[in-house]
Amino acid sequence: MSLYRPPRIPASQITPEHCFLARRSFLAAAAGGALLASGMPASAEALKASKSPYAVDEALTPEKDVTSYNNFYEFGMGKGDPIANSEKFKPTPWTVKVDGLVGKPKEFGLEELMALPLEERVYRMRCVEAWSMVIPWIGFPLSALLDKVEPLGDARYVAFETVVRPEEMPGQSGYFQSLPWPYVEGLRLDEARHPLTILSVGVYGKTLPNQNGAPIRLVVPWKYGFKGIKSIVKITLTDKQPPSTWNLAAPNEYGFYANVNPEVDHPRWSQASENRIGEGGFFGANRRPTLPFNGYAEEVAGLYSGMDLRANY
Amino acid sequence: MACLPTLPRKYHAASIWLLYALGLVPAAWGFWLGATGRLPGNPVKEFEHLLGLWALRFLIATLAVTPIRDLFAINWVRYRRALGLLAFWYVLMHFLTYMLLDQYLNFSAILVDIAKRPFITIGMAAFVLLIPLALTSNAWSIRRLGMRWVKLHRLVYVIAAAGALHFAMSVKVVGLEPWTYIGLVALLLLYRLARPLIRGGGRGKPRASAFRGQERSA
Repeated sequence: MSLYRPPRIPASQITPEHCFLARRSFLAAAAGGALLASGMPASAEALKASKSPYAVDEALTPEKDVTSYNNFYEFGMGKGDPIANSEKFKPTPWTVKVDGLVGKPKEFGLEELMALPLEERVYRMRCVEAWSMVIPWIGFPLSALLDKVEPLGDARYVAFETVVRPEEMPGQSGYFQSLPWPYVEGLRLDEARHPLTILSVGVYGKTLPNQNGAPIRLVVPWKYGFKGIKSIVKITLTDKQPPSTWNLAAPNEYGFYANVNPEVDHPRWSQASENRIGEGGFFGANRRPTLPFNGYAEEVAGLYSGMDLRANY
Repeated sequence: MACLPTLPRKYHAASIWLLYALGLVPAAWGFWLGATGRLPGNPVKEFEHLLGLWALRFLIATLAVTPIRDLFAINWVRYRRALGLLAFWYVLMHFLTYMLLDQYLNFSAILVDIAKRPFITIGMAAFVLLIPLALTSNAWSIRRLGMRWVKLHRLVYVIAAAGALHFAMSVKVVGLEPWTYIGLVALLLLYRLARPLIRGGGRGKPRASAFRGQERSA
């Protein structure tokens, strides 16, 4: 399945593929979304979502691991810091401002976004640190949001920005700051419009816990986890490649593309294999080979045809 | 500083064995947590990191013995061998965990790691350099090697620096923790370099007293 073939169709005219794939579930989820819109969840409330055909056939990583072992430097640098230090964070009320090269810039309330047809997508998640998970995200294709703002013809990239709240995010205050804030990320517009790319508002059947990027985060399953920017407050369409935080911090280690690629090592460790969290335990081998594009090559390799993936890591 | 009560001589040997026993508690505790599924997320990595950190702590403790005696007149030289050997055992366990539990004896991957990843190369070099020190940490070697023993064991400064560097280079952002270890090792190294000036006279020539305690404790 190759969605990307030049010459480009104006971005605003591409019909999201999930409309073709799941019209019935679309309707069911819309009904669920309408229910939700009446009263916003404060934290970890049940979410209704249709099952998406995008579901990998691998054992899910236990919820306990998904919600207690991750990186979210706004809450600290340790893997246990996000769950330990995110209690004070208030994910509601929330708005996401979408602006830049769009016909209809708009600030969306979270309620409006949660009312979009929600799907459950079971995706692999490959961290750049060579560990991985299988996570049942709930969300909607980013293209569904982009459609609403009608990207202009010269929009080529999408820039994302995380909230800055030092009083609620301990990693953003104090003498030692691990990264410059806000955390920023970016995608090429065709990557952003790819049906696999979603904005997630939930995981494991519930709204996102604070530590996983509440209330809304990006999930791009064929890229390393750090591309999945969390707690998004701003999305801007641009004609220039936007900056990304880890790329700014260590350009030789983290590229703009950050596509999962077992052939291109991180300068300090191999990317050929990964530890699947929650499997194998202490003595069992839980290391498995890493797949090109994290196993999504069939869907996304076409986006990069002709590109040198060693240079564009 | 006489405020510290002196340990009667008859307890010296027992206190050294106690140090060995206590020193191995973090490893045993971590192993038990890991083996019973109580380490979060990536248990093998957690255990590997715990062992590496304790190795670094024992290295720093080993290096701190002399400055503590110089500056505070507290003589813990009798514990120095135990501290150094604990550091060695922790480095060995750290490496074995990486080889067995993490890489599952995938030797090609391990060799590529050691050759290609500077932080692993440095860590590996520190481990290799520690081996002769561990092997010669006995009274017989001290007697046999004499001044050469002192020179050989100065490698511990290189090893500690390599250890701190290995840690700092392994993390994505060098935060407070790796900086603390780098700072401590740097401080101890600087003290070692400045010691002849501070104490005057000796021109950095090692004196027999620097290792006499080691021999006695055997």
